[in-house]
Amino acid sequence: MPSIISISGVNKTYASGFTALNNINLDIRRGEIFALLGPNGAGKTTLISIVCGIVNRTGGTVTVDGHDISSDYRAARSLIGLVPQELTVEAFETVRNAFAFSRGLFGKPANPAFIDKILKDLSLWDKRDAKIITLSGGMKRRVMIGKALAHEPKILFLDEPTAGVDVELRKDMWQMVRSLRDSGVTVILTTHYIEEAEEMADRVGVINHGEIVLVEEKTELMRKLGRKQMKLELREPISTVPAALNGYELDLSPEGTTLTYTYDNQAERPGVASLLGDLGKAGIQFRDLDTENSSLEEIFVNLVRKTQ
Amino acid sequence: MNYRAVWAIYKVEMLRSLRTILQSVVSPVISTSLYFVVFGAAIGSRISEVNGVSYGAFIVPGLIMLSLLTQSVSNAAFGIYFPKFVGTIFELLSAPISYLEIVTAFVGAAATKSIVIGLIILATAALFVPLHIEHPVWMVAFLVLTAVTFSLFGFIIGIWAGSFEQLQLVPLLIVTPLTFLGGSFYSIDMLPGIWRTITLFNPVVYLVSGFRWAFFGTADVSIGISLGMTLTFLVACIAVIAWIFKTGYRLRT
Repeated sequence: MPSIISISGVNKTYASGFTALNNINLDIRRGEIFALLGPNGAGKTTLISIVCGIVNRTGGTVTVDGHDISSDYRAARSLIGLVPQELTVEAFETVRNAFAFSRGLFGKPANPAFIDKILKDLSLWDKRDAKIITLSGGMKRRVMIGKALAHEPKILFLDEPTAGVDVELRKDMWQMVRSLRDSGVTVILTTHYIEEAEEMADRVGVINHGEIVLVEEKTELMRKLGRKQMKLELREPISTVPAALNGYELDLSPEGTTLTYTYDNQAERPGVASLLGDLGKAGIQFRDLDTENSSLEEIFVNLVRKTQ
Repeated sequence: MNYRAVWAIYKVEMLRSLRTILQSVVSPVISTSLYFVVFGAAIGSRISEVNGVSYGAFIVPGLIMLSLLTQSVSNAAFGIYFPKFVGTIFELLSAPISYLEIVTAFVGAAATKSIVIGLIILATAALFVPLHIEHPVWMVAFLVLTAVTFSLFGFIIGIWAGSFEQLQLVPLLIVTPLTFLGGSFYSIDMLPGIWRTITLFNPVVYLVSGFRWAFFGTADVSIGISLGMTLTFLVACIAVIAWIFKTGYRLRT
């Protein structure tokens, strides 16, 4: 599949000397949903900002649909819609005017019917003539998306689209992203939620300390990263894990009150049921249990260890 | 050229002024009227003619310049500072729009607004004193040139400013004093020798003098020098802005 964005050898060193990106090579395929995963400060936003023209790169080249982002910036940028992480809106503008402004800024002729369609698609129709300052945070997030879509971009960047967003809006947003992809738009989203990448992405890139650690098909990556942890809070502290449970490689907290079991939830037999049975046999009682996906930070520790 | 983008920014900037019409238009009219009451009627009645012009009429070009300068600087500075402050600047930077287009739109809107205010003050002044404009074409030329030049200056301040305080600082500490000391309310010939020489380093003197010449045909300094100084300042502002955009100063890191 031909790539729509081609990033090669991109570096970014800020005036302070901080290196935000180090030799980034990345190709985004036409029509895919690409999730860029990474912890805070990994360089996700810097990378997006370079492609969109907000931040100057120190070295390397970027082309968007064959257009160099420096020498042919008009053609490159007019293909891109950007929804930044921060809710930055023209407070005193109405929603409809804000959309029309964004469209004009990207050089597209006015098209009220299209603006109306976006307003309806994003459930903003009732608020079309409301000043943006009067809207809730979730509504403002929708406004940001609408502004990015107002000039009919071929590529949409969503920087942490669901940070601080309620469940309903998150589902709406996922739905919207899918329908955009179906209409041929390439979507690049950054996130630090693995669930989001799992839900949405065709491919996933992992970035850490300004370097691309890996890029893989999502299904492949989820198999690798899909580890979960079960924490058992014990009724009575124990000093050691009984030998009968050695096969589970349990971690005992220093106080002896919490047992942690790490498992692969994609596996056919994750071992949760048998562990609980074996605990009972060993006479260990627990008050509570909690399962969680292993955090991205932990995965990074693993990834970085592997790459070293 | 992305004309639609220029128009979109220009329109938004003009609408912003309309939203604050009370502050934008009514306040300069009121303050001008106050100047006329104080300087024109109260003090002016004790001052004889200046260069053959009644004092009330004499201060009209200076008053217009005073508003033109402060309005141009503050409009343009605020216009570009505000998107920077709230973060909406990202959209300008990511749009397929050149720096030239960004400046044209913001400076064009700021200059338009201050020219409109200048004309309103002129109309207000005509209610107080009989006015006669000797060189109307030059009057308009100076009006436009000054509005554009100082809007460019304001744009630079808006880019440079890192806080609202800094945004107010230059207009308050530099523009207003220079305007008051630039012969808005007096002919520099009224000043004692040394002060007259010092005053000649004030660029506003040349603007006010040129503008006054367009009204009354008399001036403190020759019209050629006035025009030359104004153009010099215009070119200087353009050069600074070109440098800002070339380096991405305070815009693109």
